[in-house]
This record gives sequence, structure tokens and C-alpha cells, in this order.
Amino acid sequence: MDTTADLLKTPLHSLHLELGARMAGFAGYDMPIQYKMGVMQEHLHTRANAGLFDVSHMGQILIRAKSGDVRDAALALEAVTPVDVADLKPGRQRYGLFTNDKGGLEDDFMVANRGDHLYLVVNAACKHDDLARIEAALSDTCEIEAQFDRGLIALQGPAAEGVLSSYAPKAEDMLFMDVTELEIAGVPVVVSRSGYTGEDGYEISIPAEETDRIARLLLSDDHVAPIGLGARDSLRLEAGLCLYGNDIDEATTPVEANLKWAIQKVRRNGGAREGGFPGADIILSQFDNGASRLRVGLQPAGKAPVRAGAVLFAQETGGEAIGTVTSGGFGPSAGGPVAMGYVPAAQAAPGTTIFAEVRGKRLELAVASLPFVPSTYKR
Amino acid sequence: MLKFTEDHEWLKIEGDVATVGITEHAAEQLGDLVFVELPEVGAKLDKGGEASTVESVKAASDVYCPLAGEITEVNQAIADDPSLVNSDPTGAGWFFKLKLDDAGSADELMDEAAYKSMIG
Repeated sequence: MDTTADLLKTPLHSLHLELGARMAGFAGYDMPIQYKMGVMQEHLHTRANAGLFDVSHMGQILIRAKSGDVRDAALALEAVTPVDVADLKPGRQRYGLFTNDKGGLEDDFMVANRGDHLYLVVNAACKHDDLARIEAALSDTCEIEAQFDRGLIALQGPAAEGVLSSYAPKAEDMLFMDVTELEIAGVPVVVSRSGYTGEDGYEISIPAEETDRIARLLLSDDHVAPIGLGARDSLRLEAGLCLYGNDIDEATTPVEANLKWAIQKVRRNGGAREGGFPGADIILSQFDNGASRLRVGLQPAGKAPVRAGAVLFAQETGGEAIGTVTSGGFGPSAGGPVAMGYVPAAQAAPGTTIFAEVRGKRLELAVASLPFVPSTYKR
Repeated sequence: MLKFTEDHEWLKIEGDVATVGITEHAAEQLGDLVFVELPEVGAKLDKGGEASTVESVKAASDVYCPLAGEITEVNQAIADDPSLVNSDPTGAGWFFKLKLDDAGSADELMDEAAYKSMIG
């Protein structure tokens, strides 16, 4: 159990308190769950305007090849991830996965080619394990630098481009998943055009001692409101994005999780660099033969939210459990309850009717295509 | 007569019937409600029994029956529009009416001054 005294603080901790945030422990950090606006309005504000999120609890890791060639670092990283890192061009970022010997997922992350090094952003709860995993596999050939105290801010929503460009005009020219160094108010920052809300926007990596000043500067724009982890969760759920620990974990494979798109052809059977990552035999066999269960969107027929942990059934009465809801709640932009979960492959087609047990009653759900709310990435 | 519980419910007691809702403090703590499940009319509940469920974007919470009795009426308006509970928790956002098994049982609950001092 987290107690406040043991919790770590991000560089924006005092700003959160000043803004009247309701705080709670998350992945060992004292984090803002919501501000005065409340989860519902914060969610809607992000989709209509721009939201500022403190994601400094996440882990930032730099990897430099001892040879000096970033491709060597990329090839070395491919020993622990099934994604194509070596073909990632300078200034570009992509979604990555760490796998284990059973084909399960140890974490998901973002990796960018920064020209002379790789830049990774990993989940807060996994960052120490991820660092150990990278060090074990790469330390012979690479220098690894954890920047766990550095600030990281996400600026998300349709107004994000205008706001950031007013301080750093080149932000406007970036496309989804571009990464570059920009300057905001004299501070060099690493900016990616990405995020985890389904909206266009940026993630901005800032030296710890300047993070508070930059956050206040961005918040001084009338378009920008501070947004807590509550709305971050409902935004990513509507966008159909996985939350590590809920929707994906060490016992779910990328194929089961419907993340096949994250494993490029070059790493699959028949590719130039096929396999060579933990669990490759299991994962690549599922590419060819299919997985027995799949992550799907779930649209409750009624108004009641169906939340993580609810057990799924094929029929309204009787029968064995067929799966579990892994994320669920109310989608403010969807205007009703939305959920995700795992079902047998035979029941994974959109439109399939299934049932979830909530407070002793079986509620009807339809398997639904993801995302629930269309993404607005600037491609 | 207005009474309050430690679970942040209010009761407006007229004879042996209590109109029950959640306090402004509770509504604020829960945040914007998106779903309310009401009890069945005619249900007989014990004190502390689960009478209703309210859900915000984030989480589900139970509303407990403040005293033993029978549900005689529910406020369908809050099931249709849960935001009424946030906008007017002590008026249009009432939950249900309860015919008390023992009209005297309300005496043990807090009055407004005691409730206000409890929530600080």
C-alpha cells in the first residue's frame, strides 16, 4: 500500500497542489488524478481544446552504441523487442514492445531514432525492470543512460499545435511520430508529435529544473487546462489504446492483444531479421495459426459502465466464462459506456453479442471495432 | 427533520417516510455521475444494505440504506439524467423514499451541525 510519505514526486508536484489537484499514488509517484474541472470536463476539454498532462513518472532512457553508429544500438535493442528498430529513420519514433520467453508482454514503450542515439519512453511501473532488461542485453555494445528524474509533459488536443508553435514555430511542421529538439523559452527540449489520447499533440521532454517553468508557460495559454490521470485513462480507452498491467501483461501475447501491426514484416517469418526476440517461436507461430483469444472493443448495450474485471459469458444465463473485461468505464466523448477485453477468437467478430456480469446481473455487450472515437493524428 | 449519515446521505423525515439522497460533499467527491442504479419499489432493506449504485467516469460506489425500511418510491429522473445528482443533490437529485420500520430509529442519526463538523 502506498503511503504519501513513501511516494516519489515529479518536478510538477508543487504545481499540482497549487492547482488544487486531487492526488493519489500511481506507480510509486504522488500523481494528480483530477483537478478542479473534474474528469468529465477535463476529458472533453482535451478533445475540444488542449490538455496538459504530467507524465514525468514515465521512464526516459537513452541508448548510444559504443561504435558510434545508432544502427548498432537499434540492432542490439531488437534482441529484446519484436519491432523493427533498425529501419527507423532519424527523427522518427514508433511503438515498441518488450516480450518474454513465453511470448508475453513485459512492457510497451516508444522508441525514437535521435540520429546519434535511441530515445525510449517506458511505463512508470516497469521502468526499473526495463532498464535492467536493456542493460543485461545491451551493455556490452551500448552506453545506457536512464533519465528517470527528467520532466515529461504531454500537450494533447486540437489546440496543441497552435499553442506549442507559438513558442517553438517548427512544432507546426512536425508530423505524427516525428521527434526533434526544439527550444521553448530558451530551454532545449526533445519533442515528439505523439501522445496517448487519440488526439493530435506532443510529448515534451524537459530538464527537471525547467519543467515547472515550461508547464506554467504552456498553462498560461487560455486554450490549455491541466488534465489528470483520470481523464488520461478515459481518453486512451476511447482511443482503443492498451494500458500496460490492465489490457496487456506478461501473460498476453502481441497477437492476442491485437498488436500485430506493431511487429513489422521484417521481424516476422520470412522477414530479413525474423525472430531473434524473446518468445519469437510462440509469437510467430500465432501470426501463422492465430491466437485462441483476442483483445476486442466492447460496447455495452445499456447505460451501465462495465469495468475492468467483469467476467464475460456467451449467454445471458448459464455457461462457462469466456473472458474478462480489462478496461472499461464511461467514455465522455463516446457519450456512453465503453470497454475492452479478451474473448475467444470465435467470438471476436464485431457485432457479436456477449454478456458481462456486473453486480450479479448479465449485461449485454456487442464486440466493437476500436477506436471508439476516431483518432486525429496529423499524418 | 433533516438527518445525516456517516456515509454522506441525507434524510428528510416526514412522519415515518424518509426521502434519501447523497450530500453535496458526497456529490462533489464522486465527481460527475454518469450512471445511477435505483432500488426496486417494494424492496425491504436493512440498515447498511446496498440500496443503489452510482458511477462516475472513474469508479462505481454504493449508496447504503440509512435505516431499515421499505422502498416506496424512486426518483427515475436521476436514472435518466445522473447529472441532476451533481447539480442539485439535496433537491431534484433525491434517490428514493423509504418507509421506516421504526420512525424513532432516525433519532440516532446526525443532525446537520454534527454532519458539518464531521466533514470539517
